[in-house]
Parts: sequence; C-alpha cells; structure tokens
Amino acid sequence: MTVAPEAGRMLASTGAEPTGLDTEKIRADFAILSRTVREQRPLVYLDSGATSQRPRQVLDAERAFLEHHNAAVHRGAHQLAEEATDAYEAARSRIAELVGATSDDLVFTKNATEGINLVTYAMSNSATAGPEFARFTLGPGDEVVVTEMEHHANLVPWQELCRRTGATLRWYGVTDQGRLDLDSLRLSEATKLVAFTHQSNVMGTVPPVDELVRRAREVGALTLLDACQSVPHGPVNLPDLGVDFAVFSGHKMLGPSGIGVLYGRRELLEAMPPFLTGGSMIEMVRMEGSSYAPPPQRFEAGVPMTSQAVGLGVAVDYLNAVGMDRIAAHERSLTERALAGLAEVGGVHIIGPTDTEHRGGAVSFVVDGVHAHDAGQVLDSLGLAVRVGHHCAWPLHRRFGIAATVRASFALYNTESEVDALVAGVHESKRFFGVS
Amino acid sequence: MQLQQMYQEIILDHYRNPHRQGLREPFHGESFQVNPTCGDEVTLRVALDGDTVTDVSYDAMGCSISQAATSVLTDLVVGRTVGDSMSTMDSFVEMIQGRGQVEPDEDALSDAVAFAGVAKYPARVKCALLGWMAFKDAVGRVGENGSDAEQPPVEAR
Repeated sequence: MTVAPEAGRMLASTGAEPTGLDTEKIRADFAILSRTVREQRPLVYLDSGATSQRPRQVLDAERAFLEHHNAAVHRGAHQLAEEATDAYEAARSRIAELVGATSDDLVFTKNATEGINLVTYAMSNSATAGPEFARFTLGPGDEVVVTEMEHHANLVPWQELCRRTGATLRWYGVTDQGRLDLDSLRLSEATKLVAFTHQSNVMGTVPPVDELVRRAREVGALTLLDACQSVPHGPVNLPDLGVDFAVFSGHKMLGPSGIGVLYGRRELLEAMPPFLTGGSMIEMVRMEGSSYAPPPQRFEAGVPMTSQAVGLGVAVDYLNAVGMDRIAAHERSLTERALAGLAEVGGVHIIGPTDTEHRGGAVSFVVDGVHAHDAGQVLDSLGLAVRVGHHCAWPLHRRFGIAATVRASFALYNTESEVDALVAGVHESKRFFGVS
Repeated sequence: MQLQQMYQEIILDHYRNPHRQGLREPFHGESFQVNPTCGDEVTLRVALDGDTVTDVSYDAMGCSISQAATSVLTDLVVGRTVGDSMSTMDSFVEMIQGRGQVEPDEDALSDAVAFAGVAKYPARVKCALLGWMAFKDAVGRVGENGSDAEQPPVEAR
C-alpha cells in the first residue's frame, strides 16, 4: 500500500544555492513560503526552531490516508483496520530508521514534551508498580541532573519528578561563550539520570554528548537526550550516541503537529512501567488487575494519532530524499552567513557560540538600545518571522542577565538572501529606534 | 507604513524619557508583574493620600511598548482618585483589547490614545498592559505590603 506520494522524486539539483541545495525546487513544495505578510511583504520564515513548515507531500499523505485507509489502528480485523495499522507501523519503522533505531524502540507520543513527561511519570509510577520496577525509582538522596540551557520541556518535568519523589535536581552551568560548563558539576553514585539537549534551541550549542554519556554511565545513571533541534537538521544516530532515551517532535521536522517520538533502549522500555493506561496498552485485563503489552504498545494507551504518524513518515522520506548531510551543510552555511552578517552590525551581541563548531542553526541575539520585542516588530513589518522572548529557556536568559532575545532559526528551505534580509532588517530596527 | 502607526512619536518619547521612573518611598502598595511569554518585568509602587494617588514609581525591564505604557500610566493616574484611575484603566483595556475596532475615549486616555495602534497586534497587548496590571494589583495591596502602614486599604472596586 502506498500513501507516500513521490517524496523521492524531487531534487535533481540545479544548485540554486551555493550550498548545493536546490532551495527553489524545495520551496515550491511549501506553499506557505510564497505568501506575503503585513503590507505585501514576501514572507521570510526564520522560525523553524519553533515549528517548521510542511511540504505538500506531507499534507497530501495525510489527506490520502484519511480518504482511503482511515481506521483505528491495532484493533479490528477489517480491511481498513489492516491498512491503517500497516501505514501507522510502516511510518514508525521509517522514522526509526532515520535515527538508526528499530520500530520496537520508538513510542509515538503527542509531542516531545509528552515523551519526557512519559519517562518522568513512568519513574514516579515505578515506586508503586511493583518491586520489578525498582531500578526506575527515585527518592530522597537521589539526584537528577539537567543543564542550564534546557528548554522548559526538559526542565520542568524533572523539577516536578524531584518534587514528587524527594530527589534533588542539579544542573551543569553554561559558560559565557554559551558552551556547557562540564566543570560546574560532578556526578556521583547518587545521580540516577542525566537529561540534556542535543542542541540548544536558543544558542544552537551542541554539547559533548559522548562525554556526557560517558560520565553518566560511569556512575550508573540513565541518560535522556532532547533531540528536537537536532533530528530535523542533520544526521542523528541515537544508538551510536549511546543515550538511553531521546525525544523529538514531528512538527519541527516538516511533519504534523500532535505527534512526537520517544526513543528508548529496548531493554529499558521493556523494564519500565507505563505512564498512561487504558486500551491498547494491555496484555490481559481482569476485574482484579491487568498486565501490560510489551513496548512500544505499553506506552501508547488509547487510539493513537494516525494520519499524523503517516504524515511524519512522509516528512522523513522528504528529509531523506534531500539528504540529511546536505541539509546539515546547507544550514551550517546559512548559520555562518548569519553570524558573520550580524557581527558586522554594531551593537549586536550573539548569545551563544559565534562560530559554527559544534553548533546548529539557531541564532539568538540582542541589539543594544532595541528591545527584542521591538526589533522583532520591525522585522515582522519587513516580512521576517523570527521568535522574540525567552524561547522557553528562561533560566538560560537569566544566566546571561537578559529577559529576551531575537532568534532566527533555519531549515532546509531557507536561502542566503533570507539571511541577508535578516541582517538588513536588524540594521533597519536600529535606524527606526534611532540607535546608531 | 504600519510600523509608524504602532510606534507613535508619543510612545517613543516616553520610551526614551520615561516619567517617574525608579522606586520611591513612601509607598502603600507594591506589585511585581511579569509577562511569562517574554520575561519582561515591572515592580511598581503606589503612594496614596486618602483616596488620591500621590505617586507611582517603578522599576521595569521591557520593550518600548511596556515601558512607554507604564510611563503614560503615571501621567494619567497621579493626582487622581483611585476610582478615576480605575475607570481610565478600563478605557485603556477596552481600547487595547479591541483589535483596532474600538474607538478610544480620548478625554479619558489623553496620551494613552497613542497606543491604539498596538491593539492591532495581539502579541503586544500584554506588553501595553503590564504596567496597568501592576498598578491594579499594587492598589489592591495597599495596607498589605507598603513602606507606610498608616494608609488604610482603599476601595478599588
């Protein structure tokens, strides 16, 4: 059965961008990128770190699935149920392949935030779920470690887990250059889990995953990687990284919203108690009690999101057809251009690394004398969509003594001329507010 | 250009030269407000003499809209009664939440009419209201957290 129309057909490169990506051809698949905003300004979408736009192929696939194959998956034996289940599971396997995993390691969630909450609540539940779950149980004296550069999604659930269990939350600090300060904390036998981002959604910083995993393993702690900002933008192999858990979000990787992914090493998913319970996730149900299905079903209670999974599968096909290596190279080149361009604008300060070494394509900055909201407003009036504020990383902003930054974030469909428009827009915001 | 409609000269003037900035004593009620979407903050104090607002002082970190709105607020309420101040606030809130469809009450709002353009940008409405929310809350706290315990709580409706 085919619900994925021709995602692989595109992109015989004509080299529209110096980076080798045929962005003109790519952009033709994203109808929204050709609209205008405000006063007939062509849209320059530089907010893919918040959510990416979706190509026609993803939208078509969702519609085709709903028009031809829709049914509740993993229940029912009629033809539609079979087709829907096949489409859902085929999507899981293609998504798993993208990150070097297999289907059994991948749990569908509502979004990455739910994926992290799933792990934290499973750990909470382990306290009462039975002695076989003791390895996931936290209590007073235990520690959970995060970093100061986390998105709220990879911070607040751990704060709450610690609050519920009496464990202590600790964190790695961040250097003035926006790098993880590995000397700011020592793990110990008390450390039960280390959660960290694969790429800061504010600074683009890529922390040393290998070293963090090595340190965690040394003390027998589990690891969880927030891969929301890495998986859409370059090759990622989760088993090679050696992390125990990872999460990423469909809507940040050209896919639908309402679907995210939790990756877990199979041995751990098999040993972990469920978070949400109900239909689909059971093995045997009696009035007195129930036993659970093996993963991933154990963690997918209720009728799951289906067209979204199918759409995400096609988004993965799309990314693969372009090539994750080429996407990474393209975005690196855009980031370099943005960093260089902004450096030439006086009074602009980049928050985070100013080179592209171990760094992705989120570029946040402040402009002397122009508040981020005001700079963003000027950019908006010119058709540029950027994010302003703390980008759900309030503690990181506080660390740098600022309330808000302007963030430009790139995806495969952005162009060098859009980066130049950003730099010109920052100049204009200074002019408008009379800052020389 | 739309941008000029939003950033009226009056707003930019108040932003560059804010009125009554800084925290002063005595005060009778204080409020700390934060805009959770952008992290902007204001600490605002009110001083009263009976029912009359005698001073509004503040320390704020925020964009031009929130800074200027707080500065204009002080012009509108200092020397007036709490009741009058609250009805001015009501007019301001009505205008700013009106998506540009509400005809502002020029008599009541004076310089604050300049913020009419902000109403067309829903994402900025909270900026314009930050100081006002702090003012309302500070008045509600009179007699509770002030530097001068003499002032009894006022009827803030």
